[in-house]
Amino acid sequence: MMSAAQTQSVRTGHVTRMFIYLFLLLSALFYLLPFFIMLTNSVKPLGEITGGNMMSLPEVFTLEPWKAAWSSAQVGVEPTGLRPYFWNSIRMVVPAVFISTILGALNGYVLTKWRFRFDTILFGLMLFSCFIPFQIVLIPMARILGILGLAGSTYGLILVHVVYGIGFSTLYFRNYYAAFPTELVRAAQIDGARFFQIFRRIMLPSSGPIIVVCVIWQFTNIWNDFLFGASFASGSGAPMTVALNNLVQSSTGVKEYNVHFAGAILAALPTLLVYIVAGRYFVRGLMAGSVKG
Amino acid sequence: MRYSARKSVMAVALMATAGMAQAADVEVLHWWTSGGEAAALNVLKDDLAGQGIGWNDMPVAGGGGESAMTVLRARVTAGDAPTAVQMLGFDILDWAAEGALANLDAVAAEEGWDAVVPAALQAFAKYDGHWISAPVNVHSTNWVWANKAVLDDLGIAQPQGWDEFVAAMQAVKDSGKTALAHGGQAWQDATMFDGVVLSVGGVDFYRKAFIDLDPEALGSEQMVEAFNRMETLRSFVDDNFSGRDWNLASAMVINGEAAFQIMGDWAKGEFLNAGKTPGEDFLCFRVPGSAGAVSFNSDQFAMFAVSSADAQAAQGEMARSIMSPAFQSAFNVVKGSVPARTDVPNDAFDACGKQGMADLAAASDSGTLVGSMAHGHANPAAIKNAIYDVVTAHFNGEYDAATAAEELVTAVELAQ
Amino acid sequence: MTRQGETDFRTRLQHWLPKVVLSPSLAMVLVFVYGFILFTIYLSFTDSRILPSYGWVGLENYSKLWRLSHWTTSLTNLGIYAFLYITICTALGLALAIFLDQKIRGEGALRPIYLYPMALSFIVTGTAWKWFLDPGIGIEHTMHLWGWESFRFGWIKDRDFAIYTLVIAAVWQTSGFVMAMFLAGLRGIDSEIMKAAQIDGASNFNLYRRIVIPLLRPAFLSAFVILAHLAIKSYDLVIALTGGGPGRATELPATFMYSYTFTRNQMGIGASSAVIMLMTIAAIMVPYLYAELRERK
Repeated sequence: MMSAAQTQSVRTGHVTRMFIYLFLLLSALFYLLPFFIMLTNSVKPLGEITGGNMMSLPEVFTLEPWKAAWSSAQVGVEPTGLRPYFWNSIRMVVPAVFISTILGALNGYVLTKWRFRFDTILFGLMLFSCFIPFQIVLIPMARILGILGLAGSTYGLILVHVVYGIGFSTLYFRNYYAAFPTELVRAAQIDGARFFQIFRRIMLPSSGPIIVVCVIWQFTNIWNDFLFGASFASGSGAPMTVALNNLVQSSTGVKEYNVHFAGAILAALPTLLVYIVAGRYFVRGLMAGSVKG
Repeated sequence: MRYSARKSVMAVALMATAGMAQAADVEVLHWWTSGGEAAALNVLKDDLAGQGIGWNDMPVAGGGGESAMTVLRARVTAGDAPTAVQMLGFDILDWAAEGALANLDAVAAEEGWDAVVPAALQAFAKYDGHWISAPVNVHSTNWVWANKAVLDDLGIAQPQGWDEFVAAMQAVKDSGKTALAHGGQAWQDATMFDGVVLSVGGVDFYRKAFIDLDPEALGSEQMVEAFNRMETLRSFVDDNFSGRDWNLASAMVINGEAAFQIMGDWAKGEFLNAGKTPGEDFLCFRVPGSAGAVSFNSDQFAMFAVSSADAQAAQGEMARSIMSPAFQSAFNVVKGSVPARTDVPNDAFDACGKQGMADLAAASDSGTLVGSMAHGHANPAAIKNAIYDVVTAHFNGEYDAATAAEELVTAVELAQ
Repeated sequence: MTRQGETDFRTRLQHWLPKVVLSPSLAMVLVFVYGFILFTIYLSFTDSRILPSYGWVGLENYSKLWRLSHWTTSLTNLGIYAFLYITICTALGLALAIFLDQKIRGEGALRPIYLYPMALSFIVTGTAWKWFLDPGIGIEHTMHLWGWESFRFGWIKDRDFAIYTLVIAAVWQTSGFVMAMFLAGLRGIDSEIMKAAQIDGASNFNLYRRIVIPLLRPAFLSAFVILAHLAIKSYDLVIALTGGGPGRATELPATFMYSYTFTRNQMGIGASSAVIMLMTIAAIMVPYLYAELRERK
């Protein structure tokens, strides 16, 4: 597809380049600051933090908060740490991301290559669903999950995330496939290829970049969701954000800030990893797809 | 109970619990997730395990139970209500009015709860004359926590009346320290307001204003005076108070940066955790001018209606365990609160805990035990939050005292 | 069945297949989005408090809503917040993208630094921001320790300025994402166009102003939609950073709606505020979608 080559033709002078580097580095500092605060405070003993040194480097370095956050911090009646909930999140995120991506790809494929009357309106309807505030769906959703018998189960949560992920995943794939030459599809049709064959053999193999974008977006949103996770999962099946919230938000107890920060970084590791590893493809995917939007 | 009120809720709740009831487990929705709190709950869990009753933990922390209440609504709507839910004050009565709660009369009668639970507390544990929930503890909000060393250095004795309190804070302020450690969050402002209103008009005025919601009392001169006192307190708070967590304010008193904090008795845990001893390192006393009165809030486990006999039995056992003197003592020693029944021996409690228990019993006898407005035990959530809006806006300088009293009348009216 | 019939069936299946494939998604969206929106609209006319109930009260919730100073404050706040947030995010994102596009050494390291905030939830970064912005312990305190005694940064404690601290933290979270969108747009521009302009003697500034930025129009539009919906939905940020304070100075419609629906047990009023929020979103989105989708027909 398109190459991520840089815009070749702009020439800049030394002064300008100095300024550019300065700006970029200062911005990088701005972006890193909160992470720096979290990281330094996660390796200090609690006394040092409540003693007033929240911004300074640790005087005593300790990894205890990290161990505590992972395996022994109090997130409920049992001091289990975040460990068991990590797997709950994985069990929820992987199928939800997979299903919503597949659905998005199929929808995008239909909406661009098998067009029919009112398809644009249907797309508009689906797109608008990205903008529904989650707070208003909580009660009716709970009712429907109850009727379906999915309340308090991981399947229910997967369903919820798939439903509210369709808007964005369809948007991404539709815009991406809109730029894909329709002639190829028609040619394959004439050769006798069927609907799913075309999708599998022609569309999917060239969808790499947009799959990356869609997966990153869905993964981040679903992984970080708290409201649905807290409301629709059972206690022991709760995702990691719920456990993290229980760790951080205890109301009338002692607040162990160092453990909180360690827990927060642990809970964010998968998404951070996804961004760092796939960041390069992210820009490429955006470039190939959604920006044309 | 008034099951007729909302039959649908009830029916859904029954259906689901019938479907999933496993022999005899209890599912418990709560927001006690900090180390000390969970340790206290474990006492209960082990107690139940001894009787073969399993514990499905469902913790949702955040906003002093607000997140848990949101989740509860989703669970009940889905027809999947937990067996027992930690709840505060008017929330319990609201759920009872929806017809969603179970009847605990049998256990209550066997154990004689009516005789040992203070009447003011029963008002929140019973609906239409039936027991619906088991109170775990009694916190009270009109406490002042003081750093003894700071006071001793400045030669300040424990203040007895409001004026002495103001003089003491002035002396601290003059010495360059922060007089009053406070966190500017709506609920913390309101917690101070509880004590201040009691100090201005006593229990009768407090009742008229916050419980009867009498517009005259809400807009009265006494209320203006209460707001004036809030302004006085405001002048003794440091510049950075806004948004501070309550425990960081406690830390200021512990470190000796500040002299006083007005906060509920859960603050004691912070002091104990920092290795301080009540009476020696820190003092606890009632907000000056409000001695004799106790504004309380009580964590309870409201029991949701379950259909199977096994589940009901487990629920009854859980309620029984909660109310047992042994658990009440063990739990409250850890939590900083005092037992919800007045016949528990005070041996295990520290000086502040002993005083709290004595105050509670005395206030209960003399009728000066009132529900805390700030913590949802004086009026329903809508009104409580409307009062929050005014108190916090005034404390942050949006209104003067007279306007605040007027706004209070309007806000309460709109929320009804 | 005959071979002929089978073929017929297959052809017809092929004909219907696209619609069959689309229908589950469509059905889910109709029920779980539009059904729920209708339900919310209905609730806004009822006396619902702790749970939905169906006593009709007409427009009472709406009239109460507009009498609440709290609601008007939150709308004003949203105006200020959304305007600044969208403008600054777009400007900063664009600047970073253009600068990063100048064959920068270490681009591979810088890009994830700008992007990572999107990966974190505000449940905890909120605490870090709160400390950082707190004059007593954060940046102001640190500057004083470093000897810059007159440095003042107490916005988060100031009723009139606290809303701007929300903007700072929100910009921090999403501007990297906007940067990525613009960067993608820039890399998609045909370099021949740029070369031609430079041969004509255009300065760098003019090159970007006259040629590159207009070419980025689709990226601007996508960025606007994503930012606008994030601004309207902003909730975690407020709760974590200011809790709506000082006083009620940083309340936004999303926090208002949540608080009335779930903590104040006034679900009717909460629903009516949600309806107004949805109408606002629709007022922004529908013209945009209409223009965008019609263009591509």
